[in-house]
Amino acid sequence: MSEKIGQHEGGAVLELKGLSKSFGGLHAVQDVDLKIFPGDRKAIIGPNGAGKTTLFNVVTGVLPATSGQVLLFGEDITGWQCHRRTALGMARTFQITSLFPKLTVLDNVLLAIKGLRRTKFVMWRPLSSYRDVYEKARRLLESAGYWNRRDVEVRNLSHGEQRQVEVILGLASDPRILLLDEPAAGLASGESQEMTEFLRRLDPELAILLIEHDMDVVFDFADHISVLHFGEVVEEGTTERIRRSEKVQEIYLGTG
Amino acid sequence: MKDGHAPRRKLLIVIAGLLALLMITPFTSSYVIVLITHALVFAILAMSLDILLGYTGLPSLGQAAYLGMGAYLTAILAARYQFGLDWTFWVVILMGILIGAATAALFGLLAIRAGGVYFLMITLALAMCVWGLAYRWNSLTGGDNGIILPPRPQFGIQLSDDVTFFYLVFGFFVVSLAMLYILVKSPFGRSLEGIRENELRMRILGYNTWLHKYIAFIIAGGFGGLAGVLWAHAHGLVSPEDVTLATSVDALLMVVLGGSGTLVGGAIGAGIVVFLREYLSTLVPWWQYVLGGVYVLTILYLPGGLMSIPERVRGWRASSPGRSLSDLRPTNS
Ligand SMILES: Nc1ncnc2c1ncn2[C@@H]1O[C@H](COP(=O)(O)OP(=O)(O)OP(=O)(O)O)[C@@H](O)[C@H]1O
Ligand SMILES: [Mg+2]
Repeated sequence: MSEKIGQHEGGAVLELKGLSKSFGGLHAVQDVDLKIFPGDRKAIIGPNGAGKTTLFNVVTGVLPATSGQVLLFGEDITGWQCHRRTALGMARTFQITSLFPKLTVLDNVLLAIKGLRRTKFVMWRPLSSYRDVYEKARRLLESAGYWNRRDVEVRNLSHGEQRQVEVILGLASDPRILLLDEPAAGLASGESQEMTEFLRRLDPELAILLIEHDMDVVFDFADHISVLHFGEVVEEGTTERIRRSEKVQEIYLGTG
Repeated sequence: MKDGHAPRRKLLIVIAGLLALLMITPFTSSYVIVLITHALVFAILAMSLDILLGYTGLPSLGQAAYLGMGAYLTAILAARYQFGLDWTFWVVILMGILIGAATAALFGLLAIRAGGVYFLMITLALAMCVWGLAYRWNSLTGGDNGIILPPRPQFGIQLSDDVTFFYLVFGFFVVSLAMLYILVKSPFGRSLEGIRENELRMRILGYNTWLHKYIAFIIAGGFGGLAGVLWAHAHGLVSPEDVTLATSVDALLMVVLGGSGTLVGGAIGAGIVVFLREYLSTLVPWWQYVLGGVYVLTILYLPGGLMSIPERVRGWRASSPGRSLSDLRPTNS
């Protein structure tokens, strides 16, 4: 390739070109175009069943795309398996908490950090003996205020705490783009405020794409919003613009 | 911290148990020595299965295939070519491990892609293929009659002496246990646990979960092959019976009974199953139903197996009257 776009300043981290996904006759995602640059704080909103999670699943390789392209740092990764996308700098969290329930908080994070290291195949030395991995886990957990709970099994955490650990695992691979699927799902309003503040404290260079139903979180966090409806992007623009958009009002009032 | 000394204590208990076994066995009857040796061989098979079932969450119903490959290899080399009856025994050990691993590498290509109950069915079917070979390929395997092995190897030491052979098998068992114990604590071993708990998340974290499962499958096959070599010499006869579904199910029963995901549990289960079967079969004609009943009762009432009993007792104590608030902290199960 003559132009290695991703390596240069100004290149998009993630680009979706006409991305579509159908389940039989159901067009869950249709012809979505999207560009995300380093440091972007973008959000995707839309009513239940709009196709938001499906979009993430196609972008991260959990589901194969029906048509269209996913470019990561300019590289076409449409057919790639999940783990290779992660290796290139993509990370995500899940709408339905997806952790290792019987492992401790610390072990969850250690596994997450190891995911991109070659030493994940080592068989003759305990995982706990890797100082650098341990120190990194410590830093991550301390930044989120979970270091003193590191020995608690994840299944014994509250829902709100599990949502937070979900995000910590997303950060463990030092991603350059993070896809957050409703991080505030099921949180009390105080908790989701904390979550928003935590997200705002993240590395400003990290590109973040957020799916969220809680409009307080969205308006607080994102500077650009895309509205998905029946799998299509029906409106996009600055937070201010979406806030005023009649079309969006209609969709959310159920008349759209 | 809270549980800082628990792992060390468990380790000490296991070491004490092994030492006791090592010292007491030679003073038991010759019959019991043979049974303990058999149990140790099956303990290696059970632990290899535990890597799949307990740690990776892969319920293999075909572990007998690798035992069979190792056992037939040993028997054919010994009976036909008189190979492996002196120091070359060690070569056969190596070959047995390799043939188990190679068979697993082949089967794994077919089985690993399938999930859940399909994995179970495919491993079952593949093991049946091995059984079919053993049963039908008369010229090589002796068909239904199997192969009777010449007396055990001797290289300075006489393995035909049951006590000496017990020491040897005990040595292999301890080394296997130690290697697998180190494995399950390693980054690779922990990744298997992660796959058991949540495979999709592991993929998203950057793990090629197929590869990890495949490697685990091959390792389990290698230890299965090792158990096969030892089994051939322990039993002195290798026949299609060794490769039947019943053997695979026995291994599964051992792991579940002792406690899956504990390694040691599989070994304890092996001891119980071997002795129970031996003594029951002399007492009652329907002993198989007893084993089946034990299996069902374990799954229903003690899903964590025998190894989970201490934990249960602790939980029961904590919830009995007179507890203090500090007892209510979440326990590490
Ligand atoms: N694996 C699948 N197989 C078939 N249909 C699916 C699958 N996943 C999602 N769908 C369907 O695709 C549509 C979009 O679902 P999706 O989960 O992407 O919506 P969403 O925007 O994330 O909704 P929510 O806000 O409730 O999370 C729904 O109609 C859903 O039933
Ligand atoms: Mg969703």
